[in-house]
Amino acid sequence: MSASAQSRNIRIYFAKRVALAFATVFFLATIMFALFRLLPGDPTMTVISEALNPEVQAELRQRFGLDQPMHVQYGRYILNMLTGNFGVSFNRGIAVSEILGEALSHTVVLMLPSLVLAYLFGVAGGALIAWKRNSKTDRIVSTTAMIFRSAPIFWLCIIAVALFSIHFEIFPAGHMRTPGSDYEGLLETYLSLDFLHHLVLPMLVMAVYYGCYPLIVMRTSMLEVLGDDFIELCKAKGLSEARIVFGHALRASLLPIATSVSLLGAFVVAGSVLVETVFSWPGIGRLMVQAVTDSDYPVAEASFLLIAVLVVLGNLISDVLYGLLDPRVRYG
Amino acid sequence: MHGWRRFWQPFSGQRLAIVSLVVLVVFVFVGVFAPWLAPHEPLEKHYNDDGRLMRLLTPTGDFWFGTTLYARDVFSQVIIGTRSALVVGVITAAAMTLIGLNVGLIAGYFGGWVDSFLMRTTDVVFGVPLLPFAIVALSLLDRSTWWIIALMAMLFWPITARVVRSQVLSLRERPFIDAARISGAGHLRILYRHIAPNVMPQAFVHGVFGVAWAITTEASINFLGFGDPYTVSWGTIIYDVFTSMVSFKAWWWFVPPGLCIIIVTTAFYFIGQAFEEVANPRLRER
Repeated sequence: MSASAQSRNIRIYFAKRVALAFATVFFLATIMFALFRLLPGDPTMTVISEALNPEVQAELRQRFGLDQPMHVQYGRYILNMLTGNFGVSFNRGIAVSEILGEALSHTVVLMLPSLVLAYLFGVAGGALIAWKRNSKTDRIVSTTAMIFRSAPIFWLCIIAVALFSIHFEIFPAGHMRTPGSDYEGLLETYLSLDFLHHLVLPMLVMAVYYGCYPLIVMRTSMLEVLGDDFIELCKAKGLSEARIVFGHALRASLLPIATSVSLLGAFVVAGSVLVETVFSWPGIGRLMVQAVTDSDYPVAEASFLLIAVLVVLGNLISDVLYGLLDPRVRYG
Repeated sequence: MHGWRRFWQPFSGQRLAIVSLVVLVVFVFVGVFAPWLAPHEPLEKHYNDDGRLMRLLTPTGDFWFGTTLYARDVFSQVIIGTRSALVVGVITAAAMTLIGLNVGLIAGYFGGWVDSFLMRTTDVVFGVPLLPFAIVALSLLDRSTWWIIALMAMLFWPITARVVRSQVLSLRERPFIDAARISGAGHLRILYRHIAPNVMPQAFVHGVFGVAWAITTEASINFLGFGDPYTVSWGTIIYDVFTSMVSFKAWWWFVPPGLCIIIVTTAFYFIGQAFEEVANPRLRER
């Protein structure tokens, strides 16, 4: 296949992949619309009480656009979604987009350091056990990683809180800052010692739990590379085994790791529903769970869609990276 | 590869897989006979001789895993929870395999627009974040275990479908399929008689993994409080602990259900892996 044909195929593949991501988000938005508006237990009943005088009821319906036929409502819904206008929270009376923005930034400050730590731990550990393959260390670490990966994350969080917050009293048992503390703006909050103290425990739990994935990916990838011809060449050159593993093989094994980052990121965002609930972390996941529990439908719907967009985006980036980084992938 | 006829093959020389199988047999036994094995009713409140509730007892002879804040027997709850975890896991995995197998078979065999349509659908469903979606959906539907199973099956099947389809693509070009066609077999017969048995081992492997995913996911949903409030499961036990924050010192209350989830799901993973190595010989080297 000629180089230009190959690059055209790559473009077509990427275009298809992006279209698919849009289709997924659109599909989810439509399902949300249907779930929230067509189900028998009309969610609007929670705001428009039947006890209200019928005229007021009618006026409220008109204000929320509920007197319009379904297809008009649907069109307006999609339009609002595209422009980021999610209405006003039932419970807090603030614009939903404002609430979402703050929650998202809280999620990101927890997620990013956790992911970085997870990868440091995973890549180093995975390379080490691939080097010592089939040794006792390898068996113990691999098996522990498998077990950790199948453990429910919310339970690991509870164990961590019970041990380090309740029993040893080293870290706070949740929340993002000590109640009563007052900071100007997000940046000042994030840079305060109090915040960092609250960050450590959820971050460590997530690093260990999510680090098992890069660890296993790294081990597999490294074993594959160590069987390659160029490793034989390195050995023939008389390089030490440590030098081969950490100097040459490590770099060559990083491809699957690179493409796994955004995939794991998507996973972490979806899992924030659990981690943030246990640690009362005011991020996007906990926001969604609380909004759903309190029947704050505009917030519930919008936070779900935001999580969905992030997850879809993570998968998309991982697929695109994979195509860009691996020259062996052919499109046709 | 005739995976069915060689059921024991994956276990030869695989210590982890054998241990996992033994563990599973024990859990299945407990699950099947749960109502007879549980020493108490899982939701019964226990009073001492003075007529006071026996809250948060540490493990004793009467209550092997102690009692909850609501004076219920943790051990009985864990036993009853075993049954629901296994039932939910197996039904979900069966449904997921059934859907995924058929979608994969039809897409791979017929090709063309049928394939495009089915596989794009698969891709879309694959991108749905399961847990957040399930929570939103369950808050609007009934909070029943059946809905949880249905939601999980509806979102798990794309994995099976993809694996099955890619195998069907290569199988349909093989001479024995031509032979079947020449001897007059119709599409249905070729699909379900000749191709399906060959993709079963792979579909089965992902079904085994599916049991583990389903058990963890169901526990997560129940932990967040979106399950059926009247059932006792490992997830609801941990939900009870969590909603009564005072009880974080009561390790006997939340450690057993979590350990059970880990043990059972890990066992399914290891068994799935052992089967995978047989179904996909390229993996055996590693």
